[in-house]
Amino acid sequence: MKRIGVFVCHCGINIAGTVDIKRVVEAVKNFPGVVYVEDYKYMCSDPGQNLIREKIKSEKLDGVVIAACSPTLHEKTFRNTVSQAGINPYNCEIANIREQCSWVHTNMEEATEKAIRIVKSIVAKTLLDESLVPIKSPVVKRALVVGGGIAGIQAALNIANSGYEVVLVEKEPSIGGRMAQFSETFPTLDCAQCILTPKMVDVASNENIKLLTYSEVVDVSGSVGNFKVKIKKKAKSVDYEKCTGCGICVEKCPVKVPNEFDRGMSERKAIYTQFPQAVPNKPVIDRENCTYFQKGKCRLCERVCPFGAIDFEQEDEVIEEEVGAIVLATGYELYDVSNMGEYGGGELEDVIDGLTFERLLSSSGPTSGEVRRPSDGKVPKTVVFVKCVGSRDPEHHFPYCSKVCCMYTTKHAMLYKHRVPDGKAYIFYMDVRTAGKGYEEFYQRAQEEDGVIYLRGKVSKIYKSDGKLIVDGFDTLTGRKVQVEADMVVLAMAIRPSSGAEKLFNLLKVSTDANGFLTEAHPKLRPVESLTAGIFLVGCAQGPKDIPDSVSQANAAASMISVMFSQDYLIHEPIITGVNEDLCSGCGICVAVCPYDARKINREKGTVEVNEILCEACGACAAACPSGAAQQKNLTDRQIISMIKAILEE
Amino acid sequence: MEPKVSIKLPAKDAARVERFAEITGVNVFACYQCGNCSASCPATEFMDVPPHQVMRYLQLEMFDEIVKANTCWICAACITCTAKCPRGIDIAKAMEGLRQIFLEEQEFARYNIFDIKKKVLEKLPQIALVGNFRKNIL
Repeated sequence: MKRIGVFVCHCGINIAGTVDIKRVVEAVKNFPGVVYVEDYKYMCSDPGQNLIREKIKSEKLDGVVIAACSPTLHEKTFRNTVSQAGINPYNCEIANIREQCSWVHTNMEEATEKAIRIVKSIVAKTLLDESLVPIKSPVVKRALVVGGGIAGIQAALNIANSGYEVVLVEKEPSIGGRMAQFSETFPTLDCAQCILTPKMVDVASNENIKLLTYSEVVDVSGSVGNFKVKIKKKAKSVDYEKCTGCGICVEKCPVKVPNEFDRGMSERKAIYTQFPQAVPNKPVIDRENCTYFQKGKCRLCERVCPFGAIDFEQEDEVIEEEVGAIVLATGYELYDVSNMGEYGGGELEDVIDGLTFERLLSSSGPTSGEVRRPSDGKVPKTVVFVKCVGSRDPEHHFPYCSKVCCMYTTKHAMLYKHRVPDGKAYIFYMDVRTAGKGYEEFYQRAQEEDGVIYLRGKVSKIYKSDGKLIVDGFDTLTGRKVQVEADMVVLAMAIRPSSGAEKLFNLLKVSTDANGFLTEAHPKLRPVESLTAGIFLVGCAQGPKDIPDSVSQANAAASMISVMFSQDYLIHEPIITGVNEDLCSGCGICVAVCPYDARKINREKGTVEVNEILCEACGACAAACPSGAAQQKNLTDRQIISMIKAILEE
Repeated sequence: MEPKVSIKLPAKDAARVERFAEITGVNVFACYQCGNCSASCPATEFMDVPPHQVMRYLQLEMFDEIVKANTCWICAACITCTAKCPRGIDIAKAMEGLRQIFLEEQEFARYNIFDIKKKVLEKLPQIALVGNFRKNIL
């Protein structure tokens, strides 16, 4: 039997005020396995810790129980203390007689009795504790960033600048993401391109970043520290080694299709670069619209290219990369206007979404920054902005707040007034949320200086009458129905996760919430980690957020990854739930309940295997296992039963 | 001197609150005052108090204000408000509940079936008549 020493802490009067320490010490002396008991005023202090170390040596202890505060507070402290005296730290256990006893009781008699039983059960547990060694696994010091928007760019740059290699995958031909489409950014109104494009150039010129545009992640295996990722590089039909980005091919291409980057308000060619500041600034051929790929003739671009860079034979290529960590920065898209039947369902040409209006405001947009409505190119004299369209509507659409619309709608109205000073801007809102530095001032400025009219109420419908858009709404503040004859309406559509992202999330087995956004490991304390170790979430993939928040998250994720890569091995708590292969029947119930994807069935052996690095010892499998094969280290069924016995024993 | 306030909380109208919940099952606290009911209601212009404000009064248990208003009597139960409500509140049902409560209290019942002219009666939807009739007999 183990030789266990019990050290009872007074914690000043925190414990001693409610628990009779002397009685506890006397009672503990008689427990099986206990060879030494001592109490001290502050066990966590230096003299207290010295006392423990001395007694371990003099009394030849091989197990230690500290009766004190919650293990979340000092378990680590005391495990360090005992290991300095030569005991395996996992043979040291904490009996919580403060948070779970003295602090929640007033009756000394009863509290003392409870404290004795708590200590007794922990002694029973300690008797059966195994010596454990932390699990080590090697780390591949490379990261994968999926998504080349502002969040992905920021994360990639930071990881790369810490000295680690980054593979940045972007599905579009250029990085830049949504931010590249924006006109000016709130609350300072600096131009989005001006602050974004230098970062894009940094990405391209950073030696540690391997940029894969026009590419998608198609398969992921492995786990934290050692992921194997398959990436499909879609055929660009242009040899980027030879191409200089001169643009002659784009100029000569005879095919014109709607330009997605300008939300369909301008045209692009079948061979195209997304926008003038694209990185890489080289074109791709959109095969679905290319005359050669569809009808077998044309090849005009090939003839005009002075460098012979056009390569019609290029094929999709799948490459494999090994990485230690993955950052998901897959971004967002807007809920489609066609979902709003009462607002025209996408049939009214001049009822547009916020992103489309950004393009109208952008100096590099289809109208060079002049506000001209899509239907006839006229300058609208009355513009209505509607907030919370699809958001905050659990009955018909989505329950959540899209967070950025309050600010960008204010910005839209403000910029509209700057461009069309004699125009009228009305904003229908339910609430105005301006929590952010300088945001409230920005909102006040829109009203005070730019004369934007705010109407508090939801718009019930928008329809066309006599060439005007009629907006039916209500001003709940005056209690009156409002009707606005508008030339153009801008809807602040709900923010949705990117449509292609769901497939990737399923591939990675990262969990999402009811709305499709990625779930963080802890909403406050682990906001950029997913529940799957080694996978990080940044930007709007995790939930609607603005540029400063996306950048902060990207910085946070990058710093967490740098910490991870600064070690040669990943160290993982040895307290995991293993498998007793003699008992395991391979039924797979534990595999289904594991939230961390740490367990899988080995078909050859017919038993379940555990990935020790992924296991977080939540115990779900241990509870679910019908044969008792899944046992948590140092919290086995045998230990739990003996603890219960110890507590209930008279 | 006691300061003059126009809304004193908590209001004391427990019986009506309870009866309202019993009849309608509507949770008025789901309402976040977006005003979509008032915006979409085809009869708002004829109401003293628009529907969303009735919902506000219900949240504050101010039934005396609702009694004074013609809102629930103007309501034609077209259910547009219910269909539009982003929080899924059955506002039409709330209006029906209010009508029933006031009819039960008799003194607040604005209309008595026996006062209705025969000509009008012929045009009234049967369900409205039957409902009204039942409430009056009770």
